[in-house]
Amino acid sequence: MSQSSDELSVIGRPLPRVDAAAKVTGVAVYADDLNLPRMVHCRILRSPHPHARIVSVDASAARRIPGVKAVLTGQDLPIRFGIMPVSQDERALEAEKVRYVGDPIVAVAAVDEEIAAAALDAVSVEYEVLEPVMSIEQALREPPDEPIHDPAYTHRPFNVHRQLSYEFGDVGAGFARADYVREDVFFYQGNTHLPMEQHSAAATYVDGRLTLWTSTQVVHYVHRALAKVLELPMHRIRVIGAAHGGGFGGKTDPFAHEIIVSKLAMVTGRPVKCTLTREEVFYAHRGRHPVLMWIKTGVTSDGRITAMHYRSALDGGGYGSYGAASAFYTGTLQTTTYDIPAYKFDSVRVFTNKAPCGPKRGHGTPQGRFGVELHLEKIAHDLGMDPVELKRKNFVEPFTRAVNWLRVTSCGLEECTRKVLDASGYLSRDRRPGRGMGFAISSYMSGAGTAIYWNDMAHSEVQLKVDRTGVTAYCGAMEIGQGSDSVLASVVAEELGLMPADIRLVTADTDTTPVDLGSYSSRVTFMAGNAALEAARRMRNLLVQAVAEKMGVRGDLSEIEVRDGRIGDFSFEETCELGTAKFGALSTAGSYRPPRIGGPFKGSGVGPSPAYSYSACVVQVGADARTGIVTVNRLWIAHDVGRAINPLLVIGQVEGSVYMGLGEALMEEQTYRHGRHKWPSMLEYKSPTFLDTPEIETFIVETIDPEGPYGAKEAGQGPLLPVVPAVAAAIYDALGVWLDEIPITPEKVLRALEARRKGDVPRYGPKAFPTFDFGEPIRVQPPDPHDMRIGVELEEAFRRARGVAAGEGLRPADAKGGSPPSC
Amino acid sequence: MLRLPRLRYLRQGSPGEAAAAAADLGARAMLVAGGTDLYPKLKRRQFEPDTLVGLSHLRELREVRGDAAAGFEVGALVTLRAASAHPALASAHPGYAEAAGLVSSPPLRNVGTIGGNLCVDTRCNYYDMTYEWRKSIGFCMKKDGDICLVAPSSPRCWAVSSSDTAPVAIALGATVVLAGPDGTRELPVAALYRDDGIEYLAKQHFEVVTSLRLPPSDGVRSAYVKLRRRGSIDFPIAGAGVALQLDGKTVRWARIVMSGVGSRPVEATAADALLVGKELTPEIIAEAAELAAKPAKPLDNADLAHFWRKRMVRVVVEQAVEKAAARR
Amino acid sequence: MLNELDRPIQREVLTLCVNGEDHQVLVPVHKTLLEVLREDLGLTGTKHGCELGECGTCTVLIEGEPQLSCLLLPIQIEGRDITTVEGLGSTSELHPLQRAFAELGAAQCGYCTPGMLLAGRALLDQNPSPDRDQIRAALAGNLCRCTGYSKIVEAVELAARRGGAE
Repeated sequence: MSQSSDELSVIGRPLPRVDAAAKVTGVAVYADDLNLPRMVHCRILRSPHPHARIVSVDASAARRIPGVKAVLTGQDLPIRFGIMPVSQDERALEAEKVRYVGDPIVAVAAVDEEIAAAALDAVSVEYEVLEPVMSIEQALREPPDEPIHDPAYTHRPFNVHRQLSYEFGDVGAGFARADYVREDVFFYQGNTHLPMEQHSAAATYVDGRLTLWTSTQVVHYVHRALAKVLELPMHRIRVIGAAHGGGFGGKTDPFAHEIIVSKLAMVTGRPVKCTLTREEVFYAHRGRHPVLMWIKTGVTSDGRITAMHYRSALDGGGYGSYGAASAFYTGTLQTTTYDIPAYKFDSVRVFTNKAPCGPKRGHGTPQGRFGVELHLEKIAHDLGMDPVELKRKNFVEPFTRAVNWLRVTSCGLEECTRKVLDASGYLSRDRRPGRGMGFAISSYMSGAGTAIYWNDMAHSEVQLKVDRTGVTAYCGAMEIGQGSDSVLASVVAEELGLMPADIRLVTADTDTTPVDLGSYSSRVTFMAGNAALEAARRMRNLLVQAVAEKMGVRGDLSEIEVRDGRIGDFSFEETCELGTAKFGALSTAGSYRPPRIGGPFKGSGVGPSPAYSYSACVVQVGADARTGIVTVNRLWIAHDVGRAINPLLVIGQVEGSVYMGLGEALMEEQTYRHGRHKWPSMLEYKSPTFLDTPEIETFIVETIDPEGPYGAKEAGQGPLLPVVPAVAAAIYDALGVWLDEIPITPEKVLRALEARRKGDVPRYGPKAFPTFDFGEPIRVQPPDPHDMRIGVELEEAFRRARGVAAGEGLRPADAKGGSPPSC
Repeated sequence: MLRLPRLRYLRQGSPGEAAAAAADLGARAMLVAGGTDLYPKLKRRQFEPDTLVGLSHLRELREVRGDAAAGFEVGALVTLRAASAHPALASAHPGYAEAAGLVSSPPLRNVGTIGGNLCVDTRCNYYDMTYEWRKSIGFCMKKDGDICLVAPSSPRCWAVSSSDTAPVAIALGATVVLAGPDGTRELPVAALYRDDGIEYLAKQHFEVVTSLRLPPSDGVRSAYVKLRRRGSIDFPIAGAGVALQLDGKTVRWARIVMSGVGSRPVEATAADALLVGKELTPEIIAEAAELAAKPAKPLDNADLAHFWRKRMVRVVVEQAVEKAAARR
Repeated sequence: MLNELDRPIQREVLTLCVNGEDHQVLVPVHKTLLEVLREDLGLTGTKHGCELGECGTCTVLIEGEPQLSCLLLPIQIEGRDITTVEGLGSTSELHPLQRAFAELGAAQCGYCTPGMLLAGRALLDQNPSPDRDQIRAALAGNLCRCTGYSKIVEAVELAARRGGAE
């Protein structure tokens, strides 16, 4: 149901966030702020070797230190866990083998942190050191000593973790009819989230019940992991999301320290807290995968894409994390911006002896986006076309289905493009050596269409309680700074004629709040928002009915106004009493589950989303040919958010995403030297300061998506994506050299200029994509581009196509793949 | 949290007494002023004293005395912020003030002292890491280990001089006053440093820097250019401090001193000599910068590729010479 | 590291004046102000991001000047007024900076916010109408990963316009 903006009282207003006061007064309680009586502190001993077998662990000396209350080793936590069902490959404490410098081995709980830290020094561990594997190329070859993981787990050769290969349509035919074909290779280095708040968790175990407060984005997934590893039923475990100091995808895995403090609480009977040091946060990681890419595209002479073949190789680090999905994301969303009639996509993710990679803002799509945008820039230049013109020629139309079955609904790509081109003057820019502008576009999901673990249940549930004291909304969604609390309050307030500050919120507490899968893949506004909308409309109906009865109104109740704290002739407070008198306890629920969207093939679950956001960006740089130093002077970003539930919060997310994109483009990198993180410190890992971040001009575009709550789509990740290629495009504009590798540092710019001076290809970047046999692809018939069916209707169509009778269980083919690791 | 080790903190009544206490305790003690360099290093266990001999309470070391005509005596405990914002000092010796104002970040400059910055520890990204990280790599020559990890066959340590204020102080011909248990001595700042990553100061560990003496401004023009990745927080990747005096358009004398290019601030004496008697044209400046960069030998133990850092040395030297010449 | 447990702890009785209130504490002399505020005085509004002086999160005001509490020993600042975010204002009476941050969305996850507010307060006390460059320079030692800084700069400007100095 879409409403025009003038009918809305709350939605669309730039109101302060509902938790603003707590945050600006310093009273919000983050996990490390917790101080419980008799609390003990935990520190973790981590592997000093990138790759080694653990021969023996002797913690006896540590146990004897006065003040040490408990010591755990791998024997105490043998059950494996992992965020994805197909990657249950982690242990809270490793007993057999360590796979990166930082892998947890032993945990000590002591009366203070000082003693716990000192006690780690008293633990002796004997290792059989193994040769580490530190690059994608190495991982694709025979390992020198042994593979990082048991081949019985991966079912793959060498250190390959996952691989996939798809062909949608006929790329051979597509290339054959192209007038021009180009191939490029790119590399996107890994980087990390660097939240200001270090991970922290505190646990108590009282009367057979475990309570964990933690800095997380996903109380529900943590809940499941605790139940599995600690062998406790879920109803005896309570996970509470503490106030959250930044995640960006870095706190979406269940973590060793969360399981460890829980176990220590069970063992000691005392509250236990563990806060990671900044160095340990670099080891927890789960950040941006380093990705090597090869892209080949065929175009007609006027720039229309006829076929694309995209390959990626991901450096996954020591464990699976979200990596099975990350691989898909590097190549799946290309088709939500460009009309690609035939598309082949191969990807391989490898294990290396580094901290595990996972989802960081954009989750696999920034890498692919960087490659594709620059690749198309180059094609445009080869054809003598303006890159903007070429890209625009290939923009998807709204309400079409892509060659890989992704369903595009509202699409503000054109409007976003126009806005940034107009604001920046890109098309009529003053061309001067050393100054340049670059343009790029992108798209992102508003929530993954499939849950992390296969189930038939809602992805988000909201419950409302209304009584004579007011309204309370319960939802498992986690406020991570993105404004999800405010979105929930705004939706409920809008429907009930109240203001967000009137809505009491209980969120992210597994005892009291219904399940929301978590704050990742930009799903919360869309999914929790829709669930809240359903719950709130149900409540509104009940309240209107009670008022109608009192007012003697029958039949059409739509004339009873719900607005400005009143319902009909009554104040909201009076209405609550009327409602309670009529119905008893007033309680409604709402939920949201994305309909089936993906195509009829195994693996179709990664990529589909109920709606995609769109972004366009122009960056203006100054680039010094002598020093290679690049300065971003100005940046224009337009973001199609569907509908801005709260423009203040949307702009905040857009600017924050842009900032992170700039950091990645120019200075952030998670690199390794001598088998370990080169510089796990906030000084050496460069993230931009006030003085490194330009003025950002933001434009909100609203396309009012038919399925988003009030038409809303995501804003928390999409705006990062176009920034990185726009910077590279701007540097080409300024200096005439291609930087095909991220981050773009001054020495790389100089190397590219040197290459040009020597008459070589004027670029800096990887030479080649490694040789890897992807095998036969899964060949998928593309859909009719106008086939917009979803959900039951789509599933029916697939059933019929497969000749499966209705009623027979049809599990979307992406559900499971691979088998669990051997334990 | 990373925490400091257990420490005693002593407060003596004067710099001489502080020096005596530190001398008595030998390797067990370290002097500390603001602590902004030492405390992070202690948290990472890069130094392991059990006693700190505190200096920050010695009020007499917090004064700036003098003026442009007579020269300045800047107490060692003057904060970097105070030094950078001191009107007379900044006017007389702008290069020094700007160097002080470029150290690290604003909150750190409110505590970090000018004496502390002269004595700031040499740096290396194999060394400025936590105890656990260094233990995992087997430590290094500068602390707890045997070899230099950036140059494994080298008999010496190559940690890098990272003071922003030292180059300008040297270029200006400044001196420092040191207090020992038995009295004070004065030496040129240039003589305060040794070409070694470990024993990088040519003073006894217990000697207390009490003041920095800057000469009268007397027609001297100075400037400091700092190259770092970000606009704040970072140490210098390369820095050039320049002081020069012009007769009309020609150079009477010039001193160019660089930070971030070796274990000590490096004076570009050949470049200095080249400039004498010359007019400061872009060509001459470029030639001098080229000469200055020659002895710079960055290694792969700091931010960004060392070939690039080497190239940038001449850029910062050029910029600093130009900036100094343009002063007044 | 282990041998440190054999060392005696030097404890001091110190009087710390925090947000206008005197507190007498008995603390190990090697405990930083950050730790004493959070763990001995229960003032957890001051946050920490690195404990090494590299991020600015732990900024407090010492006699109105922003300093990094992770690098201060209480014994060195005894007798000097300490201001933490708790002393800036309360929900019943927000400081103009707090109000501006709330209104403009300059706090998202809120973790860098206490340090930012105090650095902003110190700036406005010293310079009641700073321009954007001055704001950026004054806050350049405080990192934020959420906002991209724009709204923080605007909030400081807004507070300045409203007479944000006390």
